[in-house]
Amino acid sequence: MKKKQTIPELIWQFFCSVKLTVYTLILLAATSVIGTVILQNGAPQQYLKLYGQGGYNLIRILSIDDMYQAWWFLSLLIILCINIVVCSIDRLSVTWKIIFPKKVSFNADRFRKLKNKITFSGNKEISALVKDCEAVLGKSAGKIIKEETDSGVVLYAEKGRWTRIGVYVVHVSIIFLLIGALIGALFGFKASLNLDEGATSDRAFLSKERVPIKLGFSIRCNDFDVKFYDTGAPDEFKSSLTIIENGQESFTKDILVNHPLRYKGINIFQSSYGQSRSSSPESIVIEVMERSTGKVETHNMKLGEKVQLADGQSSFMLQEYEPHFDFKGNNLGQAFVGTIKDNDGKEIMVGLPLRFPTFDKMRKGKFAVAVKEVEQKYFTGLQITRDPGVWYVYIGFILMIIGCWITFFMAHQSFFIEIEKDRDKAARISLSGTTNRNAQGLKLKLNTIVKKIEGK
Amino acid sequence: MTSSLALSSTTFIYALASTFYIASFAFKKQALAKIGFYTLIIGFVDNTAGIILRWIESYQMGYGHAPFANMYESLVFFSWTVAVLYIFVEFKYKESIIGVFVSPLVFLAIAYASFDPSISTKISPLIPALKSNWLIAHVITCFLGYAGFAVAFGFSIMYFIKPKDPASPSIFAKLPSWELIDELTYQMVVFGFLFLTIGIITGSVWANSAWGKYWSWDPKETWSLITWMIYAIFMHLRMMRGWHGNNLAWVSIIGFIAVLFTYFGVNYLLSGLHSYG
Repeated sequence: MKKKQTIPELIWQFFCSVKLTVYTLILLAATSVIGTVILQNGAPQQYLKLYGQGGYNLIRILSIDDMYQAWWFLSLLIILCINIVVCSIDRLSVTWKIIFPKKVSFNADRFRKLKNKITFSGNKEISALVKDCEAVLGKSAGKIIKEETDSGVVLYAEKGRWTRIGVYVVHVSIIFLLIGALIGALFGFKASLNLDEGATSDRAFLSKERVPIKLGFSIRCNDFDVKFYDTGAPDEFKSSLTIIENGQESFTKDILVNHPLRYKGINIFQSSYGQSRSSSPESIVIEVMERSTGKVETHNMKLGEKVQLADGQSSFMLQEYEPHFDFKGNNLGQAFVGTIKDNDGKEIMVGLPLRFPTFDKMRKGKFAVAVKEVEQKYFTGLQITRDPGVWYVYIGFILMIIGCWITFFMAHQSFFIEIEKDRDKAARISLSGTTNRNAQGLKLKLNTIVKKIEGK
Repeated sequence: MTSSLALSSTTFIYALASTFYIASFAFKKQALAKIGFYTLIIGFVDNTAGIILRWIESYQMGYGHAPFANMYESLVFFSWTVAVLYIFVEFKYKESIIGVFVSPLVFLAIAYASFDPSISTKISPLIPALKSNWLIAHVITCFLGYAGFAVAFGFSIMYFIKPKDPASPSIFAKLPSWELIDELTYQMVVFGFLFLTIGIITGSVWANSAWGKYWSWDPKETWSLITWMIYAIFMHLRMMRGWHGNNLAWVSIIGFIAVLFTYFGVNYLLSGLHSYG
């Protein structure tokens, strides 16, 4: 009668099945698709527009808008994790004795019955043949166990017994990855910060929650630069950052995309840039044309600056920046406002809307002023992260590559040679082998061993 | 010689190689397969020259980057990896008949790159995010992975067309033994799996050094993980549950569909960090 299993035994059995592994992987793969098709971390309005109220409710209930952090997805990962641990322990308890035996031994009868057995004859004394075989086997496998039998001599050698551990290395690596991810989720953060040139901040904004987080030091953006290709696509952008700690400048470093700054476990990445909206432009190129002669002069100006014009008597002053310039009740958008002083001493207000560069010509004054170019201040878009789990993940990566390599390309191979007396002088040699994987490779290896023995 | 000349002639030579292989199979002439093999090698040399020339040309244009930066370049490189892997397999196993199932893939990838009007063949400058030494390591490993799966897919097809009756008069009866098909498919999946693993890892390390996140569930990342999981299932079914033959071949085919989606589908249908190729 079969013994009734206890509940812990049943749970153990549930988790140590490969079927569970396969089903969990299928579920993980299938559900992962959802997050690539349905928008992640979007605003409620976006979901409502795409899927309607009913669809949105379902998305909320199952957290599909953030599915890779959803309870059910994490549960699948935890099941996989337990499954891997239990399976590995269960199998390792058996294979441990195989991997680390007290004494390596072999079963001669088992090798005699193998399908891959190759039998050939040697025309030498048995003792000489045994010596040849020992030399070849010792070179291609390793330490030889030699036993005398009634009819002759048997040799046994093996290699790569330790490679049976490979698959466990892969499993351990996955545990490392998941632990690293967990540590990152618990103790790390991902934030962003848009910093105007010249501005300083001691906090960043968490990407998901959009709340400020203190960094423990301040970052100042000294300068931002962007270079473009001829095609107009950005070539490179670079920020010069200074870290300020306790009111003192600690150090300054340039960061580029792919070349971040790392300080006290916090990583600062160059991720984007844009034109600063809060601060006034850095310099403005102004073009002034004398209408009677058509002569044009250009001036590189700052707000509040006054320049003498070429006639020696008139002057132009750039006064302010107006985001919504009003002209007779019409909003003309971004504009600069200045005053021009003619040689007769009269000051006239001029509006210079950016969208209409010929606007001032319509005033029909002595000079026509236009804004040629505005050098706006930039802000640098920084991504700021902290992830203390990343080292566990990297260890996992290394273990996974090593483990895969061992598992796929190495094997535990055993070789068995029996040398028996056949006729007067001749002897019969039989060679066979076992392997835990890649039987084809073993076959090839057996053939080369035969060739080497025959060549002796 | 320019890279575009080299690569368009490569397309033609690969087409010729596939034709030889198919003809060898259809007319049961071993000699044609041999010609096909040598043609494939010539095409491969031409393909290599094309890639190197393109690399040099990008420096001459002042952009200076490895030719792995857009869809056209990646397809050309995909053909190259499948070709090199197949040449290695035929060299090792001396079974030229299986070239029928692989050489068309080599040709189709590069032909698609050349003939689809929506794929720009221009050498374009590198966006800042791609300027990293990781680009070369990441692209090469990923594409070796893809190539392994592509060749495994070609071999899997054999399961469905080889007649079960060894005495069958069908031309498909000449296909290699079941054991060899099984072995070859498995070896290719293993190769692909190892390189996909390294490819995902290099991508992940790169992402961490460029964006500060080693994993962000970007569609390309997610789909490569889905592919990885399908082939992990393949391994477990074969090694732990003893699956073989048709059933396992189906898993390999599903896996390759996931590869194709990771490669093309994500770029065309979904949006994300990998939209450049």
